[in-house]
Amino acid sequence: MRRLKELIIEKTILLNGFACIFFVVLIFFFLAKDGLALFRTISIRDFLFGQLWNPIAEPPQFGILPLFLGSFLVTLGATAISVPLGMACAIFIGEIAPRWMRELLKAGVELLAAIPSIVIGFVGMTMLGPMVKNIFHLPTGLTALTGSFALAFMAIPTIVSIMEDAISSVPRSYKEGSLALGATHWQTIYRVIIPAASSGIVAAIMLGIGRVIGETMAVMMLTGNASVMPRTILEPVRTMTATIAAEMGETVHGSEHYFALFALGLVLFAITFIINLIADAALHRKRK
Amino acid sequence: MNKIETRDLSLFYGAFQALIGVDIAITEKMITALIGPSGCGKSTLLRTLNRMNDLIDGVRVTGNVLIDGKDIYGEKTDLVELRKKVGMVFQRPNPFPLSVFDNIAYGPRTHGIKRQSELEGIVETALTHVELWDTLKDKLDRFALNLSLEQQQRLCIARLVAVTPDIVLMDEPCSALDPFATGKIEELMFELKKAYTIVIVTHNMQQAARVSDRAGFILLGRLVEYGETRQVFTNPREKQTEEYITGRFG
Repeated sequence: MRRLKELIIEKTILLNGFACIFFVVLIFFFLAKDGLALFRTISIRDFLFGQLWNPIAEPPQFGILPLFLGSFLVTLGATAISVPLGMACAIFIGEIAPRWMRELLKAGVELLAAIPSIVIGFVGMTMLGPMVKNIFHLPTGLTALTGSFALAFMAIPTIVSIMEDAISSVPRSYKEGSLALGATHWQTIYRVIIPAASSGIVAAIMLGIGRVIGETMAVMMLTGNASVMPRTILEPVRTMTATIAAEMGETVHGSEHYFALFALGLVLFAITFIINLIADAALHRKRK
Repeated sequence: MNKIETRDLSLFYGAFQALIGVDIAITEKMITALIGPSGCGKSTLLRTLNRMNDLIDGVRVTGNVLIDGKDIYGEKTDLVELRKKVGMVFQRPNPFPLSVFDNIAYGPRTHGIKRQSELEGIVETALTHVELWDTLKDKLDRFALNLSLEQQQRLCIARLVAVTPDIVLMDEPCSALDPFATGKIEELMFELKKAYTIVIVTHNMQQAARVSDRAGFILLGRLVEYGETRQVFTNPREKQTEEYITGRFG
């Protein structure tokens, strides 16, 4: 009887484990089924490198390069802002802050993660947008940069908490060894602790980027949604995610446009998959 | 003159008093062993000598620790200078996750030496000093954590030698090593004694008897007895020392 119970529990857990993978595979096939249907009428080349996205033109244009560049610019900006900030924050929490402040800051960072992205979108629209507009004397404040700022705030909690974990799990003996040699606290941090935590730091950055690329709501509100080829970060852009969210409601099921959005989703899926793979590889990197 | 001298040294971890009025005078270029049962405060005493206890929250120290006549708990103490002068070898070998070369060059680089040729010289001298040069001279770029434990501990000593300290504190440096490797490290200690003042914490009494010139017995935070090693081991003045040494407790 007990053996049977053990067996059932064991198999249930096993099943749950496989279920996760199963769902990912299922989602992939679901995306692929409708996404790949697009390439019956449009070449992959035109899709990936076409410079015009205009589904309602005659004939419709499905070039995702402007959308890809939009996502790329926003992500790049958000990364450039969130990585230094997040890293400094993680080092402060993990190494420098006294215990009571550490707890306070960690709670604060977690709170930041809990803010719904639509709220960040609000704040961005009413505060960030006008600020960017005034500072750079632009016709509109809804630009890639504005989106970058908002997304940076969303990536920081991910970056900080994973990085701080990595920094805190550096063996105490490394730190003691360094200080005992007469190194200062700062020298110890950048010569021993950061190198020792480097794989976790890379993983944190990658997962932060993954978070940014997939984000939709805030970028839709803040980047101006112009599907043109962007030249600078101070222009309105449209990201891949915002495109799908904005246009899905207007498509006819089974139309070319419908398939194109699925193909776009497939591209996104591939990008985040690769980024997670890099993060995973970094976390499990073995020293030779 | 005494190299190290403590006067009425007490240390508190919060409300717990780990050291009680310790007075000890340590002579230059000798090996001084601190012995006693686990938790008696011998490591704590050792760590007051380079102020490593500062890293722990809620530590309070009263009394004085004089090194070359200067109170290291005085306001003017430069911790970097202090720790350059008073080096430490830890219980478990703790090389940095870097190459052999970078481990030894770590200290000198930290203290501002940048020229590669100069660093190479320092690395060679330090490794020669701990008798690792012949084994490792062609493998300086090897990852330090892949060496054997004994080699790692030697490397840690070499890393220390590279910053030319005056005093070497050893906190149970052989407890992670097998008897053969322990013997090798002990030989090295005799060699190091010529140039450095060594203070070693050990709960291996045979080791204390073998290597040290002076020995101090610590029990419950008090320095119960301190003197010539031979006298402490063969003719202890205090009853507690005798009981500990003959193995009645500890």
